[in-house]
Parts: sequence; C-alpha cells; structure tokens
Amino acid sequence: MSEQTIPTTNGTVPMVDARDVHKRFNQTEVLRGISLNVARGEVVVIIGPSGSGKTTFLRCLNHLEKIQQGSISIDGENIGYRQVNGKLVEDKEANIAKVRAGIGMVFQRFNLFPHMTALQNIIEAPTHVQGLSRVEAEERARALLTKVGLDHKADAYPSRLSGGQQQRVAIARALAMTPKLMLFDEATSALDPELVGEVLKVMKQLAEEGMTMVVVTHEMGFARDVADRVVVMDQGQIIEQGPPTQLFNAPQQERTRTFLGMVERAL
Amino acid sequence: MDSLLHFFQSILTLKGSFEWATVGRFLFSGFILKGALITVVLAVLAQTVGTLLGLVLYLLRQAKSPALRWLAEGYIWLFRGTPLVVQILFLYNIIPRLGLVQTLQGITIFDVLGFSPVSGNYIPFDAFLAAFIAFSLNEGAYMAEIIRAGIDSIDVGQMEAAKSLGMPYGLAMRRIILPQSARVIIPPLGNEFNNMLKTTSLAIVISLNELLGIAQGIGTATTHGLELLVVASFWYLVMTTIWSLVQANLERRFNPSGTPARASFLARLLGRAPRDATPATLVGTTNR
Repeated sequence: MSEQTIPTTNGTVPMVDARDVHKRFNQTEVLRGISLNVARGEVVVIIGPSGSGKTTFLRCLNHLEKIQQGSISIDGENIGYRQVNGKLVEDKEANIAKVRAGIGMVFQRFNLFPHMTALQNIIEAPTHVQGLSRVEAEERARALLTKVGLDHKADAYPSRLSGGQQQRVAIARALAMTPKLMLFDEATSALDPELVGEVLKVMKQLAEEGMTMVVVTHEMGFARDVADRVVVMDQGQIIEQGPPTQLFNAPQQERTRTFLGMVERAL
Repeated sequence: MDSLLHFFQSILTLKGSFEWATVGRFLFSGFILKGALITVVLAVLAQTVGTLLGLVLYLLRQAKSPALRWLAEGYIWLFRGTPLVVQILFLYNIIPRLGLVQTLQGITIFDVLGFSPVSGNYIPFDAFLAAFIAFSLNEGAYMAEIIRAGIDSIDVGQMEAAKSLGMPYGLAMRRIILPQSARVIIPPLGNEFNNMLKTTSLAIVISLNELLGIAQGIGTATTHGLELLVVASFWYLVMTTIWSLVQANLERRFNPSGTPARASFLARLLGRAPRDATPATLVGTTNR
C-alpha cells in the first residue's frame, strides 16, 4: 500500500488525495473527473447546487460509492481499490473496512443505531472493531459525550433525543474511533432551524482543534467562518476553489456567482 | 328444566356415544405425554434449523454470483411449490438409502426420547429423521421470505453508518441489522412456530408416533378414536397457548425503546395483528 504514497511539494502525504474521480449511475455520469487534495488539519467545505455531485463525491471518499475511474487515497492508503497487474480491482472487504475505521462520517439523517442507547452507539465500534475494553471505551465515550454537551443523555435511546442531540451523538460516535479525517454530509440539513447552531458549534470546535475535515453543506456562514478552503462543484466537476474570503467576495466563475446569488436570495 | 339438562347432556356426549371419562383417563397417560414431547422436540428442532436455513437462503440471494442466487431462488420455488406431505414422503423414502439412521441412532440422547428399538413405545427413528429434515427444509423456504422482509425494512443508512465505522459486512449484520430486524421478524416467526407445532402432525403419514400418531394409535386400539382426538387437541392447545406467552415476552424484549406495537394477549390468541404494527411504525423510529 505504501507504494501508493505520493508526497506533495512540501514532502508530506496529503490526508485526501483524489485524482480524476469518475462515477456513473447507469448512464448518468455524476462525477466527471474530480481531483482534490486535502492537507492534514485542513478544513475543506464543498458547496454547490443540489445534484452537483458533492454528496456523491464525499461518499466516494470512504467507498460508500464505487468509482469507475481515477483513484482515491486516504493518508497514503488507497481506498476501495488496489492495483492488480496494472488494473484497478475492488479491494477485499476487510481492507476497505480497515481504511474506513480511520475515517469518521456524519450523515444527513444521523443514522444512529435505534436499538442502542447514546452510550452504546458510541462504544459499539471501538469495542467490536478496535478491540478496546468496555471500560476504556466507556471512558472515551463519556468524555466525548461531555465534549458535545450530552453527558446527561448517555442512557437515552435515539428516539428520545432531538435531531440536534442525535446529530451530536453521531459526531461523538464517529470521533470515538479516533479518526484522522472527518466527513460531514449535509450534517445540518435535516435539522429544524433552531437546532442547527448547536451542531455547527461542535463542528467548529473540532476544526479549531485541528481535525482534518471535508464538509458538504449549505451553511454559507459556516463555510465563511470555518473553512480553510471552499470548493464549488457543479455538474460533477469542481468549477472553482479558494479561501472563503476570496471565493465569497470575488468569485471568478459565472456559475459560482449564479449559485451564490441564488443562495443569498433564499436567505 | 330436567329435560333441558338432558338435552345438553346428550349433545355433550353425542347421545351417549362419547365418553368424557375416557378423555380423562388418557389425558395424562405416559404415552400421550411422550407423544407431546416428541412433537415439541420436532417442532423446536425444525424451526431452529429452518430459521438458520432461511438466513442462509437470504444471504445466497444477495450473493454476487448469479449461480448462487439462482440456487436459492430454485430452492424456494421447489419447496414452496410442492405439498409438504409430498416432501415428507419423499424424505421418508430417501433417508433409508443414505445409511444415516444407524449412525445417528447410537447417540444416547435419542434413546432417552424413546428412539431405541428396545424401549416400549418405539418411535421409528427413520421417520423422525425424515420428518425433521422435511419440516426444516420446508420451513427454510418460508423463513427466507420473512427474514428478507425483516432485513429490507431496515433503513440503508444503518448499514452505511456501520460500514463507515469500519465494521465489515458480517459484523454489521450481526450487531446492527439483525437485532433491529428481529423486531420485524419475530411476530411472523412466532406464527410460523405456532403453525409448526401443529403441522408436525402431518408426520402421521409416515407413522411417526408423535402426539397425533399416538392418540390415533390408542384410539384405534380402544375404539375411542373421537375421545383421543379431543385428548390430542387439548395438548396442542396447551402448547400453542404457552408459545403465545413466550412470544409476547420475546417481542417485549426485542423492543427496548418501547414503541408500543403489541397486541393484547387475547388478541394474540385469536390471531389478530396489533393495529399499529405496520412496517412504518416498526422501523426507523429515529430517522424521520
């Protein structure tokens, strides 16, 4: 796997190295050659109109979606595919799972396990995937629940939690695997407006602590405040990227201006 | 008044031809109790193997290889499309040719159940084996459907969340998907087992001395066939009633978050589904 390692100009391996990623659903090409590097500690926010492929691209990063062309490596390790005689072949399930274990993902619809309490949700993967003892896992889980402000909800089932609380438990669950990369797939889109803030606050705190994050969102305020780099996607391609100040104040592309204009009108 | 009493008495005894005393005499007879035990053992074994087989068939249906998928489809087609009695008779004819009987008969536990040829009330082991295999294979075909419905009812986001945490498919199935499906699977599984308890009586066609077989045997020998049918029915009712209680308890256990989706005990006995147990309320209480 290490032969896949490709150092960047400053000599370190990027956390995410996606090259010329193509993805088709039947005949429709939803990703048309996406290349994106994310450095360690960088927060990249992907924005763009719905149907632009941003969620699909994010799901490719932990191989929840297969790709038809290109390559993706996470911290120098190829995910989903390996080279066999010069051809890309889908990797063994166990290998994919191993890479995924280092990537946290937060979903739009939370996807907490409804048959487990908040605490059980969080200790599930550490105990069964990482082989942590129950005591250690619980200690870690309680610390994370405190971090997301839900230490008093450890024994609550997801159905007894608000959307914002569920999403914060979901973030804690992902963090419990001590990931080196966090993916956020429209983490606040399913929330009532008054609950969005509490989740964004946790995400912002994570970013400040130096977590490497790739965030797909419609929250332009979050992109402006927290992103190191904003990436604009449209029709399966990256059309523009740059630091938020530059991108929001002086967008280069007509399509970016149109999109930002539409978002602004909606607010 | 006297004539009214007489009227009812004559109905209850079929004009004096039906002897309730005979029912009482055989209700707790050792032969009958052993027959009931065989019925329970047969039903539990067949339901267990059938359920596991159903899970295997479900997994085969998901396989990447088309050959495996067709194998599963063909199996289900065959066992759902032919009468169970025919399957029992088939296996009864096949079993002796496989030479399994002698080998398995040596196992002590079967002696205890009365399979040993020397014990007084002989349970033919080849018939037991044929019935057990037939009921299991048949049940597998039905359980495959039930398990599929249960697993399909779980939001795909659950598997994705499990995978994103680094869980391989098998672990995700065992820890995340199946425990949630259990809630959906257990009510129809309970119905299947209720059926199984009674369907084992079909083994009478291969002279397996289970509950009905023994009752029928005694009935013929004593010319009290009708009374012995009442005896057998009594014990079938006892079994299915106990099972209803067990099932209610199981459903409560697999529903820890406490969404009310249960029928009353009476409704369950009468076979009525809980009003609010539609798939919509059984799954994904969180994700909407």
